[in-house]
Amino acid sequence: MAHDAEAAALPPLRQVATDFASDKQAFSVPWGKAMMWIFLLSDTFIFTCFLTSYMNVRMSTTVPWPYPSQVFALHIGGQDIPLILIAIMTFVLITSSGTMAMAVNYGYRRNRRNTVLLMVATAALGATFVSMQAFEWTKLIMEGVRPWGNPWGAPQFGSAFFMITGFHGLHVSAGVIYLLVVANRVRKGFYEKRGSYEMVEIAGLYWHFVDLVWVFIFAFFYLW
Amino acid sequence: MSQAEGQQHPIKIYLWIWFLLFVLSTFSYLVDYYHLQGYLRWSLIITFMLLKAGFIVAIFMHMAWERLALKFAILIPPLCLLILITFMAVEGDYTFLTRGAAFLR
Repeated sequence: MAHDAEAAALPPLRQVATDFASDKQAFSVPWGKAMMWIFLLSDTFIFTCFLTSYMNVRMSTTVPWPYPSQVFALHIGGQDIPLILIAIMTFVLITSSGTMAMAVNYGYRRNRRNTVLLMVATAALGATFVSMQAFEWTKLIMEGVRPWGNPWGAPQFGSAFFMITGFHGLHVSAGVIYLLVVANRVRKGFYEKRGSYEMVEIAGLYWHFVDLVWVFIFAFFYLW
Repeated sequence: MSQAEGQQHPIKIYLWIWFLLFVLSTFSYLVDYYHLQGYLRWSLIITFMLLKAGFIVAIFMHMAWERLALKFAILIPPLCLLILITFMAVEGDYTFLTRGAAFLR
């Protein structure tokens, strides 16, 4: 594709015009990657709808909103440490994003062993995250949080919490399975035969997106 | 494909971003820990959030190295969500005032 190399040298906006106007594929990335990006775009809209509806119910309630810093505190060593579990979950997810980024890198370097190890580590961290979330859900349910009410204030707290973190947790769980499937294929040499490790990068895109969504949930739900 | 082996960057840059994400998360946690309130709290939370999101998308998801055509196609559509957020904020405010008028009379 000589065309691509030519277009790459153009000034940025001219390059966009050329990419969209020419009689060729618009995005010079593998189609799987473009489609993953478009899927993630649609997922962005879903999560934004959840967070926006959460904003809406929180703004419109006349009852005080439960104070997340206290609701999500853990009793450790004789004192309440605010949000500590959520902070640890955040670090676990960031770490898994780091290992995933390196897995993608090793994939492109054709280092199968490191790619598999790092992907399995990513999946393990993801599973850890989901387990901690399960713990958090159990704790809140024991304390009486329900989608229709809770002991501390606005009843909408429960429905927003279960909906948003539940949907995110579902994404993490699906991601763990997805990563393990791709890692197994790397191990068996499937991509080696195909001659391309772009599938590892595509799986990575999904995983980083899950981390990205958590950044917004952490800021708007837990810290606000 | 033309760009034979996709995205290849030194490992170092990932470790750096990883470290930065850790630091930024710690900062946003400290905002809560020290009970900062009001505009200071919200501006800090949003700043740290946007920085983290930017690093993840730009470096981890390699958006910084993609062609502008893909950047535009993926990053511009979410901007219309700002309209949704604005509308829902106005609506939430209105509902709050209506409830106040109805229940607190």
